[in-house]
Order: sequence, then C-alpha cells, then structure tokens
Amino acid sequence: SYVDQKVSVIMNDGRLVVGTLRGLDQTTNIIMQGCQERIFSEDEGVEVVELGLYMIRGDNIAVIGLVDENKDKELDLENLRGIPLPPLKH
Amino acid sequence: MLFYSFFKTQVGQQVTVELKNDLAIQGTLESVDQFLNFKLKDISVVDEERYPHMISVKNCFIRGSVVRYVQLSPPTVDTALLQDAARREAQSTQQQQQQSKPPTAATNTTAIATATGSVS
Repeated sequence: SYVDQKVSVIMNDGRLVVGTLRGLDQTTNIIMQGCQERIFSEDEGVEVVELGLYMIRGDNIAVIGLVDENKDKELDLENLRGIPLPPLKH
Repeated sequence: MLFYSFFKTQVGQQVTVELKNDLAIQGTLESVDQFLNFKLKDISVVDEERYPHMISVKNCFIRGSVVRYVQLSPPTVDTALLQDAARREAQSTQQQQQQSKPPTAATNTTAIATATGSVS
C-alpha cells in the first residue's frame, strides 16, 4: 500500500502532482497532503506550485507512482528539462 | 473475468504498458485487479529522455481505464489455453442470453388477449 508515502500522480490532462498519499477508495479517488504540482518545460527548469491538501477524483487519475525519497532529493529540478505530458486520448 | 485471470498468470513477468497519453512504462507485473488496474515493480519509462516525470519512481499503480496496450512476452503466453477459455466464456455468455431472452411478439399478444378476455 502507498498510504502515508510520497507519491507522484499523473493525471488525465497530463499534469504531475507530488504529495503524501493519505487515503484512497475503490474508484481510486485520493487524498494527498502537501501537494506540489511539477510543471515541465523544454526551455526552463521545472516549475513547482504548492497546492496543499487535495482530493483528486479517480476519473482523472492515470498513474500513481511511489516516489523513492532518496532519488527524489537528488533531482536537480532547476536543470531538468522535458516536454509536458500529453493529455489522454481515448 | 477472463482477462483478469489471464493477467494473474502473467504476475512476475516483464510487461510494457502503453497508456492512452502515449506514455509507455516497462516493469515487472506485481498485481492486477478486477478493473484491470496494474501495479508494476522496478519500472523504467520507455523513451525516458522525453518524459523525465517518473525518474524517482520505482513502483507504480496504473489505472485500468488509461491503458491502451499491454505488451507481453510471447513465450509466456499459452495461446491455446486462452483460446479455449475464450470459447468457454463465449458459450456461457450465449447460454445466459438465451435464458434471459425477452418474450417475443407472438407470446405478448396471446397474453394480452387472455387478460382482456378474463376482465369482460
């Protein structure tokens, strides 16, 4: 179980949110504490937006990744480049 | 239920899940559930340079609704068994449909005629 651990959630619209998973249910609605949205771009470093406590509806969730805290600390967000994830296409 | 059972046989195998947002994640299948949600271990994103989003993630949960393809290793799949299971499932679905078949037009009119007959 990923509860009380740091998770990285990829949403259907391509957004990436990192935070502490506090709860989830059968339809994968989730509660995340201390959410940070990480916005990637090709020319600038990763932009971080603090969001606080969020409930995200399961319909909008694509992937829930378990973050390895050690690896995450080593990440140099300022120099990380990447294209934004595409939104879901059915 | 058929594919849920099938994926349970694939637990422990290397698979690549391609999502509807074009992201492809390779990893070891740890578990699957009735919604065909997948849990993968020791993942690596195919084409990691374009999508550095999962660099610090080793294990992940993928919601069944976002999966486009699941790439499997051919030697691990018993196609004969699958074909057989699919045939049995098709037969049982056919039987279920026949049992709960709605009444036809002929049976409906006779039912109405007897009902009105009894009232007058």
